[in-house]
Amino acid sequence: MRFLRENPDEVLLRFGEHVQLVAVTVALGILIGVPLGILVTKVRWLQRPVLLATGVLYTVPSLALFAVLIPYTGIGRGTAVVALVVYSLLVIVRNTVAGIEGVAPLTLDAARGMGMTGGQRLRLVELPLALPVILAGVRLATVATIGTATIAAAIGAGGLGRIIFDGMDRLDSDRIAAGAVPAAALALLADWSLGRLGRAFWHGGESASGGE
Amino acid sequence: MITLDHVSKTFESKGRTVRAVDDVSLTIGAGQLHVLIGPSGSGKTTTMRMINRLETPTAGRITVDGRDVLAMDVVELRRSIGYVIQQGGLLPHLTVAENVAMVPRLLGWQRHRRRERAEELLGLVGLPAGQFADRYPRELSGGQQQRVGVARALAADPPIVLMDEPFGAVDPITRKQLQRELRRVQAAVNKTIVFVTHDIGEAFLLGDQIALMADGRLVQNGTPADLLRRPATPFVTAFTGEDRGLRALEYTTLAEVADAAGSVPATDGDTLPGELSILEAGRELARRGETGVDGFWVSDRGGRKTGYLSYRRFAAMLGEALGPAGATAGEADGDALPA
Amino acid sequence: MLEDPFSFVEYIRENPDDFLRFLSQHVQLTLLSVLFGVVIAVPAAILASRVGLLARPLTGIASVGQTIPSLAVLGLLIPFLGIGFRPALVALTIQAFLPIFLNAYVGIRSVDRAVLDAARGMGTSGGQLLRMVELPLASPVIFAGIQTATVQNIAIATLAAYIGGGGLGDLILQGLSTLNGALLFAGAVPVAVLAITTELALGRLRRWIVPEGLRPTGS
Repeated sequence: MRFLRENPDEVLLRFGEHVQLVAVTVALGILIGVPLGILVTKVRWLQRPVLLATGVLYTVPSLALFAVLIPYTGIGRGTAVVALVVYSLLVIVRNTVAGIEGVAPLTLDAARGMGMTGGQRLRLVELPLALPVILAGVRLATVATIGTATIAAAIGAGGLGRIIFDGMDRLDSDRIAAGAVPAAALALLADWSLGRLGRAFWHGGESASGGE
Repeated sequence: MITLDHVSKTFESKGRTVRAVDDVSLTIGAGQLHVLIGPSGSGKTTTMRMINRLETPTAGRITVDGRDVLAMDVVELRRSIGYVIQQGGLLPHLTVAENVAMVPRLLGWQRHRRRERAEELLGLVGLPAGQFADRYPRELSGGQQQRVGVARALAADPPIVLMDEPFGAVDPITRKQLQRELRRVQAAVNKTIVFVTHDIGEAFLLGDQIALMADGRLVQNGTPADLLRRPATPFVTAFTGEDRGLRALEYTTLAEVADAAGSVPATDGDTLPGELSILEAGRELARRGETGVDGFWVSDRGGRKTGYLSYRRFAAMLGEALGPAGATAGEADGDALPA
Repeated sequence: MLEDPFSFVEYIRENPDDFLRFLSQHVQLTLLSVLFGVVIAVPAAILASRVGLLARPLTGIASVGQTIPSLAVLGLLIPFLGIGFRPALVALTIQAFLPIFLNAYVGIRSVDRAVLDAARGMGTSGGQLLRMVELPLASPVIFAGIQTATVQNIAIATLAAYIGGGGLGDLILQGLSTLNGALLFAGAVPVAVLAITTELALGRLRRWIVPEGLRPTGS
């Protein structure tokens, strides 16, 4: 606690950087991942290659991906965001696909029977019903990004990982805790609150689909 | 022989005490197929599961061949009792033959002996081993899985088999087939079978004895004919169904209703086997035509004349059964259908 | 230097001993931690599936543990374990424990109740039920947990370098501090290849390990 007491500004600054890094990443992840997920449910032959590619990239250890990007995009936040978005894509795309393909064929039939166009079906039926699954993906991606973002400090992206790495360098466990504990708390808080949000949408989704 | 002596089972559920089985006493004779029937929640399955101790009674005593089941080693007890459940409960990672040979394996039989036994039993339940032994459960139809379940229960040749709605999950046609198969198998192996079902037709078709349960209590226990002809309560009447009169004709045998041979004067007349149902006897008499005698003899399996039935009484039984709704045997005070 | 990261091949060729040492540390960290993880997590999962009282706290701790960033776990353990190869191994074992435990627990608990009932009714003892029914039926899920843990630990092992645990992360760390592209790539490319090939190989292996009766029809 000594480090936190003596350097509240530093911890607060890094915390802010961390949240920003995660927010930008998840926002970009959704903006790219959800449309990509929708696309591959409509253009079926793209599905396997896209899921395979995101899956392979997801497997690459984050520090390695950061390192490989440095010669091209340099050191700093830009590189970090690129890599973090790449990681978030797999989960978001996969869950979008699962959510849309999980819509009951009977429901889609009914929508078609009502005379909905493809776009209307997507907007009024498929996306609302897939929302809980997509949100579950966003939750996973957010928690994972909070973790990976700590490592991004190794390539100069700032955030709470900076404090942890500094602490490791100096073998200063107080400093390490000042970075690690807020990072852990942030991850648990994000997991919990997004979980609640997701549950709220579950019930909404069920009643909207005419369930119990 | 299995006896249940004032057996009860209570559960705690959400702070309430639920009496699943309430003071049930029952004797299940060796070699008998004893059906436990009742609506869902009547306690029939719980009653059965207490016999192989998948449930523990909270009061009362259950014995198998005189031995208290609670005093027996539970694993040994279960291995000596075959067990068949709905949808077979087959182990999906084992082949059909391995499933059938499971209990022999638990008992430590040699591999080749297990295989032999599995093949023999698959033949018995109508699944040629050459075709089915090495398949996996998921490759079988529901009816075939159920047959494997029966074969598995018989594998170690247990004297007792428990069957928990074994044919509940298959289509009606397959179900009829499986019921006939079971009768055939039972005739061959002659086990003590406790059979849980909620299908009254199945109960009448298979049961030597039927125990009807409701709300955890035993409402009536007896032969199919007992339940039809002497229903203990209106519930039994309601449960055995609207067309119970016809059922009575179908499931009551001549031997059950004929007067003892000694009580009537010896006369000529036809002799009909006692195991014929009243309905079958009616058809048979119609085929044989007029005899001029006022009744017919009823014989036992050995062909001895053991009973006599007058046409008058026979006709009364038919009339009673076929009479208008509401005038069924139960309400007719037993006058027309003598005990 | 940063201009030609692909000179990493030459770096490896010129420093085979260093490279092989780092690679071997990396593989050891991963394999040993997953091995210890299995040895601890599978019995723990069996215990949790048997003792209802333990199930909630254990699964709760495991899911919270999975949510906490791995770098934070690594850092927070330093005061207790110190630095070096063995502390890194302990930290990695904890990380391997989490997915293996959760998968094993879920796998055992999701065995069809009818199957369990039938097996119990046949007179399987507790141990036989576990060995002949529950574990084989849960094996695909348990294996998936091991696969996750292995690939995940290849990644986390790159961080071991920061607490003096060695591994290919050491090369990345050197490359970062000297902005040497060849060193960066000499660590990063092999680690990436290791992770991807492990994922694919274990995916293949999984098909062999899944009991035949559980495989989807038509494969």
